[in-house]
Amino acid sequence: MFSELDAFLSILTFTPAIGAVIIAVFRFASRPEDQALIDRNSRLVALVTTLVTLAFAVVMMFEFDPAVSGFQFVHEVVWLEQIGMGYRMGVDGISVLFVLLTAFLMPICILASGAIEKRVADYMIAFLLLETMILGVFSALDLVVFYVFFEGGLIPMFLIIGVWGGQNRVYAAFKFFLYTLLGSVLMLVAMIYMFMQAGTTDITVLLETSFSPQAQTWLWLAFFASFAVKMPMWPVHTWLPDAHVQAPTAGSVILAGVLLKMGGYGFLRFSLPMFPNATAYFAPMVFVLSLIAIIYTSLVAFRQTDLKKLIAYSSVAHMGFVTLGLFSMNMLGVQGAIFQMISHGFISSALFLCVGVIYDRMHTREIAFYGGVVHKMPVYAAIFGLFVMANVGLPGTSGFIGEIMTMIGGYQYAWWVGAGAAVGIILSAVYMLTVYRDVVFGEITNPKIDTMTDLNRTEWIIFVPLIIMTLLLGVSSTLVTDITAASVDALISNFDAAIAATAQ
Amino acid sequence: MTADMLPHDLSLLTPELMLAGGAMALLMLGIFLKGPGTARLVHLLTIALLLGAGFAALFLTGDNGQAFNGVFVLDPLAKYAKVAIALTAAFALLVALPYLESEKLSKIEFPVLFALAVTGMVIMVSANDLITMYMGIELQSLALYVLAAFNRDSLRASESGLKYFVLGALASGLLLYGASLIYGFTGATGFNEIAIAASSEPSIGLIFGMVFVICGLAFKLSASPFHMWTPDVYEGAPTPVTALFATASEMAAIVLLARFLLEPFGGMIDQWRDVIWIIAVLSMGVGAFGALTQQNFKRLMAYSSIGNMGYGLVAIAAASQTGVWALLIFMSLYMISVIGTFSAILAMRTREGQVEQISDLAGLAQTNPGLGWSLTALMFSIGGLPFFVGFFGKFFVVFAAVQSDLIILAVLAVLFSVVSAGYYLRIVKVMWFDPPEVTFVRPAMSIYWVTRVAGWSTLFLLPALGWLVYRAYSVGLQLI
Repeated sequence: MFSELDAFLSILTFTPAIGAVIIAVFRFASRPEDQALIDRNSRLVALVTTLVTLAFAVVMMFEFDPAVSGFQFVHEVVWLEQIGMGYRMGVDGISVLFVLLTAFLMPICILASGAIEKRVADYMIAFLLLETMILGVFSALDLVVFYVFFEGGLIPMFLIIGVWGGQNRVYAAFKFFLYTLLGSVLMLVAMIYMFMQAGTTDITVLLETSFSPQAQTWLWLAFFASFAVKMPMWPVHTWLPDAHVQAPTAGSVILAGVLLKMGGYGFLRFSLPMFPNATAYFAPMVFVLSLIAIIYTSLVAFRQTDLKKLIAYSSVAHMGFVTLGLFSMNMLGVQGAIFQMISHGFISSALFLCVGVIYDRMHTREIAFYGGVVHKMPVYAAIFGLFVMANVGLPGTSGFIGEIMTMIGGYQYAWWVGAGAAVGIILSAVYMLTVYRDVVFGEITNPKIDTMTDLNRTEWIIFVPLIIMTLLLGVSSTLVTDITAASVDALISNFDAAIAATAQ
Repeated sequence: MTADMLPHDLSLLTPELMLAGGAMALLMLGIFLKGPGTARLVHLLTIALLLGAGFAALFLTGDNGQAFNGVFVLDPLAKYAKVAIALTAAFALLVALPYLESEKLSKIEFPVLFALAVTGMVIMVSANDLITMYMGIELQSLALYVLAAFNRDSLRASESGLKYFVLGALASGLLLYGASLIYGFTGATGFNEIAIAASSEPSIGLIFGMVFVICGLAFKLSASPFHMWTPDVYEGAPTPVTALFATASEMAAIVLLARFLLEPFGGMIDQWRDVIWIIAVLSMGVGAFGALTQQNFKRLMAYSSIGNMGYGLVAIAAASQTGVWALLIFMSLYMISVIGTFSAILAMRTREGQVEQISDLAGLAQTNPGLGWSLTALMFSIGGLPFFVGFFGKFFVVFAAVQSDLIILAVLAVLFSVVSAGYYLRIVKVMWFDPPEVTFVRPAMSIYWVTRVAGWSTLFLLPALGWLVYRAYSVGLQLI
């Protein structure tokens, strides 16, 4: 079968890039007069490409064997073998879900880009290239390949924010790019050091290499610099609100839905398994930062007047749960962190799309502008309400499971960690419900609201899959946990073994 | 030396002899063949000559070895550098032709001086003696002084030529003084003999001499703190000449510096590593921060080149085989991107003439997507951002530094690369985010294609990187 090809994962990764090339060829081959035709065709090609990628990802999901803890669909190509580097791809129980999440969100992003009217072909090319980069990050099995995809993703995102963003887009694009790059270059030096020690950049080999505790400390810090910015953790989160507010809707969706998960994935792939001693040593610091993130950014979110900014801060708070779960290093915590990342991928994407819906109609994100939207857009109000509840962690939605698992995981580590997380959940209810009240309920005081119309067909198509996923994961958490179980189990037993070995 | 050695020795010098003889012959041709098309004919023949010299360096020079009692060496490093220099010079000359013709500067002297400068460069990379070294440097520099001021009616070009000449003479003085100290304290000018003297306990005079020579070479390399001439000369000189400054000339200087430090002074690593360390950090810093506020594209490229030479020096500071092949890969990828960039600068031509302000690029990704996209890729590649080959150049340099335990230098190198990403991004920003203002006229075919090919190569060279590493790797293994 097709999925038994060695190169299946690489084909999956590079399918969007091929779509981008096709659009680029169209764009350069056609005359400027045919602008409308180019625009329409690029939308179509982009949608088809992302759907094909999604189909590949679904096929992979079915072929994936959850009982195996190692890497599957491994693809290796000899490249720079003299110095021990190579092109290696593969997925395990942790990364396969992120590949699926990315492939799932991308068609939604393309559909949600209807409001983009200028330079559509360039926009679609940037998005498709971004998808290749993200898929590459989650499937890379080589340090250098990982880094190339990790950093390469900055370029399309820089252009997306800078060209199709809001008023202050140039500042936001530069801040996003330079902030993230600064975090990552230190990781690069650490990667080279690991390469020196192990003689190879093969991640499967590095996972079994043990570094001296002292080296681990430095390497951990260097990786932390990169992933903490990407995550983003307090206090290096300040790029995120700017980037979110200025990015076009689909850019925000992909940023919140997938790009932030690269940080969490990086912790899972590198920091925890490769530097177990340093992880145990720094865990309390991570907990403190996570708790500050959860509580402080929740309070900050409460005071926001801009809808997108509010959801951006809420993302930072929810990523706090992820780091908290990851560093508790027990089954429940790590499983919960992965679950929370997947669930947040759906919920935050949906929330940004909800903002996009009213932004497309009124061209403002000021909370004070709205009020009484429910009278004009009842269906929208219901959908927005569902995702607000999911973000708060209402039982029955995926948000609840992620938060409760990470919270218990944290509690198993120390009581104060669980207690702090619980405060965060209360605060998230405070700001989310307040904003929901202000935007949706009340009387219509602003006459412009009267002109708003309810969801159109495209918007329905966009929201339905997200609603299904949020509710499905909310009632059937094993869909995720069964797939991750074997890999997480191996991760934790290796971690415990490494800690025990040093303790002796 | 016996007479039967002469053919062998001369065979090692094939590219040099071709270039020197060819330049003379073309000069004669240009003088005696009068007529309107002469300048163009000589120009095209010189391009062929450069390509031929590159070809000769690759295939015709035969075995490696030393010539004329060891004053001239041909080894894989020299071969690699000669091929790279001849090819980039040929491309610089190729894009020069339409520029010179439209600026009414097309004269037979231009290509001939170009070929003579390249002759100097290929001698530099083969120098195995202080005298040969000086001869190569001066042959290169004298030709370049004239080329920098070639547009003699332009005040800025004259200023740049004069500035380059005066400061270049000072640097030559430093270098000669250093060479005389080295000779005085070792009693030899040959690198082989100096190596023996340097491997035992080095005298203070020898160290002084070495440092003076490093200063002289750092000037040619436009490394900080000897970089003062660079922005003005880059801005004032005709753009194709600037392209030569930024590529082949720096390749020659940095390969010469690498050989000088690793072969004769290979035993004195402890003495020179700190010097190179400081020069490297200063260059990267000056390059990164100096370029941030530049408005003129050529001045920006000057600071970019100061900064990038800092990365080259990081590879030299590593003082290892890895360092040598990392240097060669870095320089090769860098030169390809820089030639493409200068070709793009040549394509910045409106109805009124050449423009070179960064703001003139506004909206280029919309008005001229082919050029805009190529230049975007080139900027990212020179900036060392992943998915473009330039990243791997910088990656290997940092790799070499970490391997030699120069962790702090490696960390500084990557941090400065973030600062410099700021100004490469600024150009991308102007091209993509700003509304279009200026429209460029369609460039000549040669400029058009060099820009496009260089732009595409930043991506399509990725699979070929293995081959390039293999070539450079074998060079690294045979040195030291």
